Amino acid sequence: MKNKLFGTATIAAVAALSLPAAAQSPIKIGFVSTFSGPQAAIGEDMRRSVELAKEHLGGKMGGKPFEIIYEDDQFKPDVGKARSEKLVQQDKVNFIAGYIWSNVLLASLKAVADEGDTIMISANAGPSQIAGELCNKNFFSTSWQNDQTPMAMGEYLNTKGVKSLYLVGPNYAAGKDMLAGVKRTYKGKIVSEDFTKWPDQLDFSAELTKIAAAKPDGIFIFYPGAHGVQFVKQWAQSGLNKTVPLYQVFSIDAITLPQQGDLAIGTLGAQEWVNDLPNEANKKYVEDFKKKHGVYPSYYGAQSYDAIMLMASAAEALKGDLSNKDKVRAEMKKANFKSVRGDFKFGNNNFPIENFYIQEAVKDPQGMMTVKTIATAVKNAVDPFAEKCPMK
Amino acid sequence: MMAALRTPRGIATALVLLVLAALPLLTQAFDQRYLLSIGTRIVIWSIAAVSLNMILGYGGMVSFGHAMFFGIGGYAVGILSAHGVSSGWIQWPIALLAATAWAALIGALSLRTRGLYFIMITLAFAQLVYYVGSGLEAYGGDDGLNISRSRFPGLIDLRDKASFYWLCLALLCASLWFCSRYANSRFGLVIRGAKSNELRMTALGFPVFRYRLAAFTIAGALGGLSGILLANEGAYVSPAMMSWMKSGDLIVIVVLGGMGTVFGPLYGTIAFFVLEESLPPILNLVHKGWGEYWMIVFGPLLVLIALYARGGIDSLLGRHHD
Amino acid sequence: MEYLLLQVLNGVQLGLLMFLLAAGLTLTLGIMDLVNLAHGSLYMMGAYIAWTLIGVTDSFVLGALLALPATFLLGVIVEAVVIRRLYARDHLTQVLATFGLILFFNELVRALWGPGGKSIAVPGFLNRTIEILPGVPYPAYRFAIIVVGAVVAILLAWLVARTRLGMLIRAGASNRRMIGALGVNIELLFTLVFGLGAVFAGLAGLMAAPIASVRIGMGDDILILALVIIVIGGIGSIKGAFIAAMIVGQIDIVGRAFLPDLLKTFMSSSAASSAAPAISQVLVYVLMAAVLVWRPTGLFGQRT
Repeated sequence: MKNKLFGTATIAAVAALSLPAAAQSPIKIGFVSTFSGPQAAIGEDMRRSVELAKEHLGGKMGGKPFEIIYEDDQFKPDVGKARSEKLVQQDKVNFIAGYIWSNVLLASLKAVADEGDTIMISANAGPSQIAGELCNKNFFSTSWQNDQTPMAMGEYLNTKGVKSLYLVGPNYAAGKDMLAGVKRTYKGKIVSEDFTKWPDQLDFSAELTKIAAAKPDGIFIFYPGAHGVQFVKQWAQSGLNKTVPLYQVFSIDAITLPQQGDLAIGTLGAQEWVNDLPNEANKKYVEDFKKKHGVYPSYYGAQSYDAIMLMASAAEALKGDLSNKDKVRAEMKKANFKSVRGDFKFGNNNFPIENFYIQEAVKDPQGMMTVKTIATAVKNAVDPFAEKCPMK
Repeated sequence: MMAALRTPRGIATALVLLVLAALPLLTQAFDQRYLLSIGTRIVIWSIAAVSLNMILGYGGMVSFGHAMFFGIGGYAVGILSAHGVSSGWIQWPIALLAATAWAALIGALSLRTRGLYFIMITLAFAQLVYYVGSGLEAYGGDDGLNISRSRFPGLIDLRDKASFYWLCLALLCASLWFCSRYANSRFGLVIRGAKSNELRMTALGFPVFRYRLAAFTIAGALGGLSGILLANEGAYVSPAMMSWMKSGDLIVIVVLGGMGTVFGPLYGTIAFFVLEESLPPILNLVHKGWGEYWMIVFGPLLVLIALYARGGIDSLLGRHHD
Repeated sequence: MEYLLLQVLNGVQLGLLMFLLAAGLTLTLGIMDLVNLAHGSLYMMGAYIAWTLIGVTDSFVLGALLALPATFLLGVIVEAVVIRRLYARDHLTQVLATFGLILFFNELVRALWGPGGKSIAVPGFLNRTIEILPGVPYPAYRFAIIVVGAVVAILLAWLVARTRLGMLIRAGASNRRMIGALGVNIELLFTLVFGLGAVFAGLAGLMAAPIASVRIGMGDDILILALVIIVIGGIGSIKGAFIAAMIVGQIDIVGRAFLPDLLKTFMSSSAASSAAPAISQVLVYVLMAAVLVWRPTGLFGQRT
């Protein structure tokens, strides 16, 4: 029996060792996201968009074929870091993109961008540390810094004249960032600020009862994924949807809307990308995505699509020769590609300087739930941590 | 010693230790740095598994919160590092002390309970530590904290992967040695005796509670050590390192390797990591895309291990003679 | 005053939902000495099966009613294939094997129903608010949960106290060998009790579905809470599970609704608003640890 055990170990070791070590001819891209467990729906949406980008590029960047290696972080920082290390050290990829979660990104940062000297593109997570003191020449974002989206919402609420606001969010790092973000810009009265247990609280009856008693002009929430579905449903069921409007960030999107359904109609959210933004790249992306999968893409997908297009722009400019990393970084920094969000440029910390829009949840002519743009909240927004970043 | 080398167990153990000792050289020769990263994690997790085995395997104390010691050791290093205390000579003793003190405290409270109650109360304390960790906003909260590695000027540079690996391996060997001494000492015999028959041990006049508390505290300290190493391995600490899933993984490892055996935790860790790394690619070979569903295979595998392989991997190597 | 009443009701509703889940757990633990972590998976399967059946029948009530025997059947199958082999084993084996079942069921659901969650709408006749007191509205569906939960609790109390099955359950909880000596078909009894527990879990899952969502892993977080409840109540005691569920429900609401204001009376406002969520997050664990330190076998558990 012991031979059996050592047999498998040897096979595994030999299989790993016999991989071609320096087959550098095709461009290699690692993509780290969550593909198993409860959060796999987000990873799936990102992968569909990455595959669509590959299709649109004809499978080539700067004349060279490219391959994408997907790795599952299982929603755990240590697993994400280990997979990122594997991509850098074993697969020797040219780029790593993906990262839904701040903690997975922060755990992987050192192994990829510092010790691995590999270019890293966050297609979602935007923790303040990486925008500020931990900013890195190898790190780029095609999303946003956590505070920006709620800040845009705050600006919009000011112009709309919402006088008082009740804030609710989950009691963890991103939740605190989001609530702090809206407070940075919102000038009206904050009635109260409630943090709920995370991730095990799925019942919001106590909070909704408090809100009903406090009678604010609006509720601001941040509840990603399943919690967003729950909050919106319970808000509507409590009858508050008739009296207190809901303003949200990252809580109502293409992934959650099929579950929120009619209950979400009329709610407003802020986002840097909406599926109806009027530019050619976006039309092509959204139409082809819908044709292929029968559903709308989410912002996770749009940001992933942009991440691949950003790499492609650098590879095009260098005619597929990615050997000089300084040149690659310089080309990346130009952001010389047609983003689905329209034009944007990188700030000193390699986070986008971009517009934020207000979107409303509606039904499309076919009866499918989606969001449409109703206003531009802020233009060319720079995140508040950029000045803490020593890079120029 | 030479006689032991002739048994299958002796040969297997010697081989594993030999491969582990030579790993940095092997990975360098074959240009497989990633295998060294896996190797480092295996060695560190083995230390944690050895520590859990001391109470679970030998003593029958099913702690469902052992990953909290990862967190306490790790956060002690992380917090000190965030305040500019980078010397390992200061960080490590403080971290060990914190883990020991915490283990003694919760051990004293938890060991009054038995069975499922003990499982749950250890889980409760672990959740407590977990949420305190995620509430530490100054240290990153849920996002965790990027730290710089401990410094031992003139002695060893932990940033060098091979040196760090050898340090971990040396500490693992020390823990294995300590565990084998523990198992065969009078102290260990009382712990093992109390596992099968507590009343008898009490009747023989042994203060079982105090013995167990001592074992729990020692295990906590050793768990803290693995936390210190884990923080230095990733140069990062976060509450996720002490989630209850990690405590569950540690139990799986100890059972998989063979409870109450000296080298079981090491075998268990190796098997666990090899499974986790190789199951998805193997399933992908069978059918592309199946790799992501690896838990559909891993889950029933756990059921089978629990049902039919209670001796763990160690029992595959033949009977013990002691 | 109305505010207080509403918050108490919220706690009762939460407690009753938790009780449904905890009841099955404590039954299997008490009578068969089985720690079943996969109980949360049955909760999830109940919700998914209900989603499918509601879609097929186009009726919430009909779909929900059909889902109950379906979860019973699933429970019986799981019992026959895996659980049965675990009765004679120690808790550690049971934890390990049923943890494996959790992983299996989560991925099975993803393979069968896809990674995205599902949604069950509140049935039309309950999709409104009712006035529990003049001028005090409360969501009708949540009120329905309270009613169903209370009915089930009473039924269960009757079952345990007055029926032959209940007598065997009580006997089994205090002395397992005795029921064997009574000439009862133990295998059948165990299968039946496990199936019954599965029905309660499935019922809790499908009733929670319209206010929560039907998703992979929905049973994992709540399972820990259910375990906390049965440990506080004392293993095997239905009465203990009920009382503990009610206490946990109220404590949870107090932590969320009143703690911030309470803390503000003796500390600064900003300190209170950051301390309150942290405290309410760990409140149930502190409660459990405190109960166990005071009474090592829970409130109503068998003394050893």
